[in-house]
Amino acid sequence: MSTSDLRGVSLLRYLWRQLTSMRNALILLLLLGIASIPGSLFPQRTASPLKVREYFENNPNSAAWMDRLYLFDVYGSPWFSAIYILLFISLIGCVLPRTWHYAREIAAKPVLPPSSLDGAEHYQTYEGTLDSAEGWLRAHRFRVTRTSDAISAEKGYLRETGNLLFHLSLIVVLVGIASSSIFGMRGEAIINVGERFINTPTSYDNLATGRFFQLRNLPPFVIQARNFVAQYDPETRAPIDYTLDVKVSESIDKPLTNRVVKVNDPLTFGSTRVYLQANGYSPLVTVRDKSGVVKFEGAVPFLPQDSNLSSIGAIKVPDMQPQIGFVASFLPTAARDEIRGGFSSYPELLDPQLLFSVWRGDLKMDKGIPQSVYRIDTSHMERIGLKSLRIGESYQFGEVGSITFNGVIPWVNLQIVKDPGKQYALMGSILAIIGLMISLFIRSRRIWLRKDGDRLVVAGLALNRLPGLEEEIAELVKVGKQ
Amino acid sequence: MTKENWAYLSNDLIYISLFLFTIAFLAFAYETAFSVRTDDSQRGSLDRTKTLRVSKFATRIYGIATIFLGVGVFARGFSAERVPWGNMYEFSITGALTFSIAFMLAGRKYDLRWLGLPISVLVLLILGTAITLLYRPSAPLVPALRSTWLVVHVSAAIISGGVFLLSNTVAGTYLWLDRMERKGERKSWAKRLPTLETLDQLSYRLVAFVFPLWTFAIIAGAIWAEAAWGRYWGWDPKETWAFITWILYAAYLHARVTAGWKGRKAAWLCLLAGSTYLFNYVYINVWGTGRHTYSGL
Repeated sequence: MSTSDLRGVSLLRYLWRQLTSMRNALILLLLLGIASIPGSLFPQRTASPLKVREYFENNPNSAAWMDRLYLFDVYGSPWFSAIYILLFISLIGCVLPRTWHYAREIAAKPVLPPSSLDGAEHYQTYEGTLDSAEGWLRAHRFRVTRTSDAISAEKGYLRETGNLLFHLSLIVVLVGIASSSIFGMRGEAIINVGERFINTPTSYDNLATGRFFQLRNLPPFVIQARNFVAQYDPETRAPIDYTLDVKVSESIDKPLTNRVVKVNDPLTFGSTRVYLQANGYSPLVTVRDKSGVVKFEGAVPFLPQDSNLSSIGAIKVPDMQPQIGFVASFLPTAARDEIRGGFSSYPELLDPQLLFSVWRGDLKMDKGIPQSVYRIDTSHMERIGLKSLRIGESYQFGEVGSITFNGVIPWVNLQIVKDPGKQYALMGSILAIIGLMISLFIRSRRIWLRKDGDRLVVAGLALNRLPGLEEEIAELVKVGKQ
Repeated sequence: MTKENWAYLSNDLIYISLFLFTIAFLAFAYETAFSVRTDDSQRGSLDRTKTLRVSKFATRIYGIATIFLGVGVFARGFSAERVPWGNMYEFSITGALTFSIAFMLAGRKYDLRWLGLPISVLVLLILGTAITLLYRPSAPLVPALRSTWLVVHVSAAIISGGVFLLSNTVAGTYLWLDRMERKGERKSWAKRLPTLETLDQLSYRLVAFVFPLWTFAIIAGAIWAEAAWGRYWGWDPKETWAFITWILYAAYLHARVTAGWKGRKAAWLCLLAGSTYLFNYVYINVWGTGRHTYSGL
């Protein structure tokens, strides 16, 4: 090996020692805390993409810079991951050697007392014998090392066990979190009540999978949404209860069974769970051309904008020549005032109305660019009509065609999550609390005795500074004097 | 009794407790001011016999006020037919209650009469803010909150908060007295307060006692979030700050046990950690966004 290699190795060794020192582990932990702050102050893409877009619109210049620093994706950013991974390595490097060391020491006798006890804590002298002191210490389940003129005793080894258990459990938690993001998946799908969801990739509105998740491993379950009831408080209009009745089966060829899904009560298929996350309304419409041929018919999910479920949506009819689009809003309980125009005053269907403008031209759907299903790009279209409809009503737009508002059905947003690491994270957390309590509440202490002429010198050390040692030594001395 | 009656009863009881806390505060203030000798011979030394009756009265009234507050919190729960932790008003009155109870329980073991004054000021502040700024009519819970975990998670968080606040009060007193002692002698009225050593130990002991509970509160929250939102950890602002509080208290415990910190440095760290809890409660609830904001506040 050349000297530069040696230098490289010793540098690495130096870095490793630095990284795994307890001081630096603590600094990394504090850094992780500081690094997580911006994510709580700025909107995050993962949690609220709309707010991020709003931020970009309001502060275009600073937002671009902040985006370069990953301030809208803090928890997935390289710098956050760097701290996280360094902490992980540091924790392992700090705890594993200590565990190994501890495992070898576990049956060891306490080391002999310091040659002089002067200046040690709880120092005092008394008339007594080492034999009676040893008897007392053993009766109180201290580990004792005895020589001709000294005793060293220690108790509370469990504290170190708790301490190590706590830190090892943190590693288990981190492994659980990491394995979820590598082997897990998370997706969402909007289903109109009455429709069926079959768990295949194409059924999802969006789907994010971990690096090692195989799409063919999606469990082949089927969920049929039978009925959805949302209850609201009439005074505050706040939701009280959401109940979704479904029929489910493990796979498409097995019989369906009835189940109920609620917000705190998801469906479970093995390690995959299905959550009821949001709800809204899908107006049922029929669009015909001027000769009366049906060009579009079905339920169109609209996106709620407020707690009273005022919703926006788009009905796109690419099959008509030229193409037709409806930029629409749906109000479950229609009301009107001068400032807001049309709005919904209650989330239930008390007076449902469909408000829309009709556009003719090019929907730009054939460009292969993904489009929002709730919006229409009207830059290449002209407006040919404006109308609001109640259920059962129709509207004839020019010489082009007609639209009929047939009714409304609710939709639900199902979130489907496979999180294979969560059991480990949970188990790790429970063990961590147990370890923490052991390490915080178990007293670990040493008592030393040394012969000094015909008197005994006694001193002690409370290793984790919990009170009680003073009383213990007083008791030892009292018994020894008798 | 109807729901409305329970709600009115709760409001009345909490107003009465506010009144009683005010009287306790005045009595504590009187005791603080007049237990010091003013005659020249023993200037500055303490004579508690002079104020013994007032001091007993203050403690007793404080206890009665806590009972009224407690019944008021229960009545609030009856009015909504659930645990009274659905919004910030309810969280605040329950927090004031656990804070009071923590003070009285700690007072059985340590002589904490000296803390009566700052504690009653804090309780008055919390209750006053709750009644004037945070009050919301009693209402049912939104679906996401309808879970047994509400009881488990929120009670652990409230109790932790109460004890953290108590520990912060002690650490704050430590720093104040420490500064006074560094300038010279303690002022005469401050001589009745415990030694710096005692305060230092007490604030550590409180944190060490409640840190596992705070850890549990976070974990219970994660289990609940897994059932309600489909993920156990999502870096929601409230979660993030709970985590930051946890980290700082973990650092505090480490600093004390392994690095042997005590005194001034430890007290500052304790205050910093406690202030992140308050920040989380006040700032994130009122101005923040995220999934922990319900029913306005």
